Amino acid sequence: MPSREAIIDAPASEAAAAQHHASHPGTSNLGDRLFNSTLWILGAMILVVAGLIVLNLAVAARPLAKDHSLWGFITETQWDPVEDRFGALTFLYGTLVTSMVSLILAVPVAIGLSLFITQFAPPKLGRVLTMPVELLAAIPSVVYGLWGLFIVVPWLRASVEPWLGKHLGWIPLFQGPPIGLGYLASSMILAVMILPTIVAVSVEVMKTTPEATREAALALGATKWEAVMMTVIPYSRAGIVGAVLLGLGRALGETMAVTMVIGNSPQISASLFAAGYSLPAVIANEFAEATSSVHVAALAGLGLILFATTFLLNAGARVLVNAVQRGPRRVSG
Amino acid sequence: MSPAPAVQIMPPEKPVPMVSAPQQQPPLAPEPETPFKVEVQDLNVYFRANHAIRHVTLGVKPQTVLAVIGPSGCGKSTFIRALNRMHDLVPGARVEGRVFVDGEDLYARGIDPVLLRRRVGMVFQRPNPFPTMSIYENVAAGLTLNGIGGNHAEIVEHCLRQAALWDEVKDRLRHAGTSLSGGQQQRLCIARALAVEPEVLLMDEPASALDPIATAKIEELIHELKEKYTIVIVTHSMQQAARVSDNTAFFYLGELIEMGPTAQIFTNPRERRTEDYVTGKFG
Ligand SMILES: Nc1ncnc2c1ncn2[C@@H]1O[C@H](COP(=O)(O)OP(=O)(O)OP(=O)(O)O)[C@@H](O)[C@H]1O
Ligand SMILES: [Mg+2]
Repeated sequence: MPSREAIIDAPASEAAAAQHHASHPGTSNLGDRLFNSTLWILGAMILVVAGLIVLNLAVAARPLAKDHSLWGFITETQWDPVEDRFGALTFLYGTLVTSMVSLILAVPVAIGLSLFITQFAPPKLGRVLTMPVELLAAIPSVVYGLWGLFIVVPWLRASVEPWLGKHLGWIPLFQGPPIGLGYLASSMILAVMILPTIVAVSVEVMKTTPEATREAALALGATKWEAVMMTVIPYSRAGIVGAVLLGLGRALGETMAVTMVIGNSPQISASLFAAGYSLPAVIANEFAEATSSVHVAALAGLGLILFATTFLLNAGARVLVNAVQRGPRRVSG
Repeated sequence: MSPAPAVQIMPPEKPVPMVSAPQQQPPLAPEPETPFKVEVQDLNVYFRANHAIRHVTLGVKPQTVLAVIGPSGCGKSTFIRALNRMHDLVPGARVEGRVFVDGEDLYARGIDPVLLRRRVGMVFQRPNPFPTMSIYENVAAGLTLNGIGGNHAEIVEHCLRQAALWDEVKDRLRHAGTSLSGGQQQRLCIARALAVEPEVLLMDEPASALDPIATAKIEELIHELKEKYTIVIVTHSMQQAARVSDNTAFFYLGELIEMGPTAQIFTNPRERRTEDYVTGKFG
């Protein structure tokens, strides 16, 4: 029960508020505009920073333009600092292959795990399971590298690669001597590294599916699985794609762990067993020793290519999602 | 709520209690047995420590409408959801007792709730269209799901007409179901439930967000559906209960206080609390 004073006060204070409003027309409007323009400036700053990075890299890569065309630099496979021959293709290839294979390994597991955590596991188990996943995300990449070097690589060399070679050896991907170090090792480490990112984001997205719609599906006679496919998956599709893109971003840019297990040999090979190299790895390895200005410029050029690759893959994925996003129109009318 | 019982709407008949709470077993002559379509025996629902439904026993004959009334929070939704095993997936909810549909115990071991729910349709208290689906897809969802063949477009139109929504949406069937107003969404959910032709239809306040005209249409629909289906409807409107139902059950604090033919509940209730409620003294 409100007190008598409160009851009497209420209209008075309302009137006061109204008067306050009337006597300062546009006050709140000004606040809104200030707030709005601040946000606009912050948003623009992100673009400016990104633009400046690209600009700086481009300036640093200038000397390369003397005897390399852009297209030549991208398609050239030779990387020979002694002879001043620089081509980015081997590194680009290594980066793309390891990232893609890691996505192929991680995404199904991550989505399955997220579905299990949010939809199928008892709530307590779900909460318990998210803890180790979050822990995985917090492990420094050099530790992943060590784990890869001491555990994953020997295991690949001794068991996985011989087995794959024996049973799937007719596919070029699984041919060649099992050395352990190489694309497959990097992809596996990357898969483990991006898994927690994808799971954490997907779980949050899936949790936002309204419970009532799942009940609606069940009431129509859906099994638990059908209800998930009818409600949770379409509802969180865009968010899951976002999660995968975050994971992809991490895979593309990962330097340390990849350097430790990819073998660091600039060559293109169809086999996942072969050693290779990646864009971030070569930049990190050679920057300190780069003496000639062309060498430094070439490394800056690799940075630009890495930047562009990340950008293009993200944009491409977004376009793809928008294209396949069936779904009804949102506007009424 | 209406201050007067709905005397004019349903003339009083001889009170014939269908089933009553255990403590008031009437010593009336047993009627010839028509098997119940839905029969509830000593149903209890708990939400953790909260005993939300207490020892409810009742039966619904085929092709009749049972109205469930009672003050807010008395357990109407909890009761009706138990008839569809909707509490299975609510953490902390526990159901005891027996619910028979066509003599088959829903809560018996080995009963697949999925098969059951295909026969028992439900319209929820809050409209819950599938947010990623269009109006058309929402209505057709149950058809696709259960592999029901036939001309889906025709079925969708028929169900939308039955739910008194067709004229408003016929030009925008491809728009999102969630782009509709609350009352329209409620009718969309009714159409969705009708599409799979359930034998038993559970409706939890299906007209709570509707204007009088749409409400009248839904009530008409219930009359029509009664020819084929068995219907349990929760309502806050005494007039509505009086207009659409054959029998009325009054719930209070999780207990079934009284159940009987609708006319009798509204004109000549046996229980004091029922009378107080239907005459608007509380609730
Ligand atoms: N999911 C739930 N978790 C915990 N308690 C619940 C849940 N659903 C219902 N209850 C409790 O059960 C009791 C009955 O609720 P119910 O929703 O059945 O009431 P109602 O009669 O349908 O009310 P209304 O007319 O307002 O819809 C309430 O005390 C409520 O707090
Ligand atoms: Mg309710």
